[in-house]
Amino acid sequence: MKVAIVGATRGMGRALARRLAERGDALFLLGRDEAELARSARDLEARGAPLPVGQARLDLGEPAGFAAALDAADRSLSRTDALVVTGGLFARQDELAADPGRLSALLQANFTGTVLLCQQAAERLAARGGGLICAFGSVAGDRARRGNYLYGASKAGLAVFLDGLDLAYRDRGVRTLCVKPGFVRTAMTAGLPVPPFAGEPDAVARRVLAAMDAGRHDVYAPGVWRFVMLLIRALPRAVLRRVQF
Amino acid sequence: MDRRVESLSVEPGEEEVAGWGRHPVGRGRVERPERLALPAGAEPLVPRGLGRAYGDAALPSRPGGLVLETTRADRIHSFEPATGRLHCEAGLSLAEILRVFVPRGWFPPVTPGTKFVTVGACVACDVHGKNHHRDGSFGSFVDHVTLCTADRRLVECGPDRERELFLATLGGMGLTGLIVDVTLRLRRVESPWIVLETQGMASLDAMLEGLRLSATHWPYTVGWIDCLARGADLGRGILMRGRHATQVEAGTRRARRAMPLRVPFDAPEWLLNPVFVRWFNRLYAWSHGTALRRRVVSYDAFFYPLDAVGQWNRLYGRRGFLQYQCVLPRAAGPRPVAALLERLGVAGAASFLAVIKDCGPASDAYLSFPMEGTTLALDLPNRGAVTEALVHDLNATVIEHGGRVYLAKDAVTRAEDFARMMPRLAEWRAVRERWDPGHRFRSAQSVRLFGDAPA
Repeated sequence: MKVAIVGATRGMGRALARRLAERGDALFLLGRDEAELARSARDLEARGAPLPVGQARLDLGEPAGFAAALDAADRSLSRTDALVVTGGLFARQDELAADPGRLSALLQANFTGTVLLCQQAAERLAARGGGLICAFGSVAGDRARRGNYLYGASKAGLAVFLDGLDLAYRDRGVRTLCVKPGFVRTAMTAGLPVPPFAGEPDAVARRVLAAMDAGRHDVYAPGVWRFVMLLIRALPRAVLRRVQF
Repeated sequence: MDRRVESLSVEPGEEEVAGWGRHPVGRGRVERPERLALPAGAEPLVPRGLGRAYGDAALPSRPGGLVLETTRADRIHSFEPATGRLHCEAGLSLAEILRVFVPRGWFPPVTPGTKFVTVGACVACDVHGKNHHRDGSFGSFVDHVTLCTADRRLVECGPDRERELFLATLGGMGLTGLIVDVTLRLRRVESPWIVLETQGMASLDAMLEGLRLSATHWPYTVGWIDCLARGADLGRGILMRGRHATQVEAGTRRARRAMPLRVPFDAPEWLLNPVFVRWFNRLYAWSHGTALRRRVVSYDAFFYPLDAVGQWNRLYGRRGFLQYQCVLPRAAGPRPVAALLERLGVAGAASFLAVIKDCGPASDAYLSFPMEGTTLALDLPNRGAVTEALVHDLNATVIEHGGRVYLAKDAVTRAEDFARMMPRLAEWRAVRERWDPGHRFRSAQSVRLFGDAPA
């Protein structure tokens, strides 16, 4: 595969890019911090990605730059066949509730920016016969929680979009995979209380890779979250209220 | 027991921090950045890798102190296939180096008994392995280290630049600056397999002689000895020697996927009682016999047998254990080694097996542990004051014969005793003062051994 990836410098994206590199997939890195992109590009080259691993600046908050970034990936990879978006923003509910600017930036990156980027990429891929779009939602988007619904809403919206993208484009050869991680121990979640079933980035990466190869349209990681969320979605609202969910 | 529970009342934003021996237990604010840098200000901190140092080397100097865990800074900057030179961030683990580079025919030049250690920690402890008699310690293969010093500057050091800082950093327990990047030379190997020969040894003299004779032809040697054997059996054990298998010797064998085992909870303290351990050790020795055996094993089985059991440190119960490792100079002869084993036998301090190994010449690094002679490593279940007294007792013998203990294992050695063990301590202190006069890099161990203020 020839993969353009947003978010490969950190956390789950870093782990996933490494797994792709180790099996020899060609990579192109997109992100905000060029020095960090370069560091990760060298890391991925040393781990087996075909040389060179290119990079270009992309900010999910600046859709005007998307076309140029996708062009750069296409040039470097001589036609990309997959776009992976692991990047996104996160903040605690109280921080988001208190700061509309911050909330707006999060919604912009996690929802608006990611939707615009994936839609554009899907169209490009469809025009040349197909490919793969993979983006990271969250179990937080499966059902609202009082303590996390602002972040959750950005991921819920994204999940609906990705679901639709898969329905609309699969006939044209473009598969879409929506990854729904539960709590994963990364720098993003540092300092938060660690709930049960917490996952590790590399285990998530391996699961995502298997789901990509199998052509799935969604994957929970760790896998137990599919059943946990099935249960939580089925709980009556009255129960959620009572348990202060 | 209750004292420990009390110490665990962890404040918000803090977590329990302990070494692999799970004694002592502290608490700290643990930061795990993906990119290593020092925070602004001058708050003391302790760098920490994968937490495999047994004692208090990577515990904060005071409860709630700052701990900088490096494990997420694990990127490779470059690898030169022509020379084996690997330039990487300090949080990269040997396990990851093995996973990535063994299939390409490269191996860490020196490895301790666990692969779950970071490259930064290998430098900070100047770790040694089964090849010390031939290749020296980890530092011999380090071309260059990038440190973030107390004033937040990035400083490059190595054998040919800022040499004093380099020599103070190798074995300097992370107290000269935050190790950010390391360049080391990997070793070319033909296969992931090890040709292993094992032989039962009936006594300490036989074991020491076996190690000496094997040293000339074998890159890796080590002995396991039964610490509870007494009298004529003192030092009885199994000698192991290995080398990397050639492609022909490796043949077409494929690695088996190991069953992931894990100790799920703290074992009760009566589990590793002297009677059980005595019989375990006897069975282990008997099952082998005295014949010479030769076979081909995986590198995991040879170098990292204990890594196969996750959280094996729980076997010693919730009070944890102390690991004791010392080295005695060759000039002292086998007598003091025997004296240590006898002392342990009298104490009845149950240890599964002790590891014995001959070391080659010491390095130039001021606080590096190995010196030409014999090193002994063993576990002592923590029984409080009795166990500490035993360590001080063993230390007295070690000091008397010009030996020293290993800081990566140590939790209780007294400052004055350590000073007697390390002839170059004053030189190390002088370099540290030059680079970190305020002792920003500070650990529970440096408070105990170097007189740093806790806060």
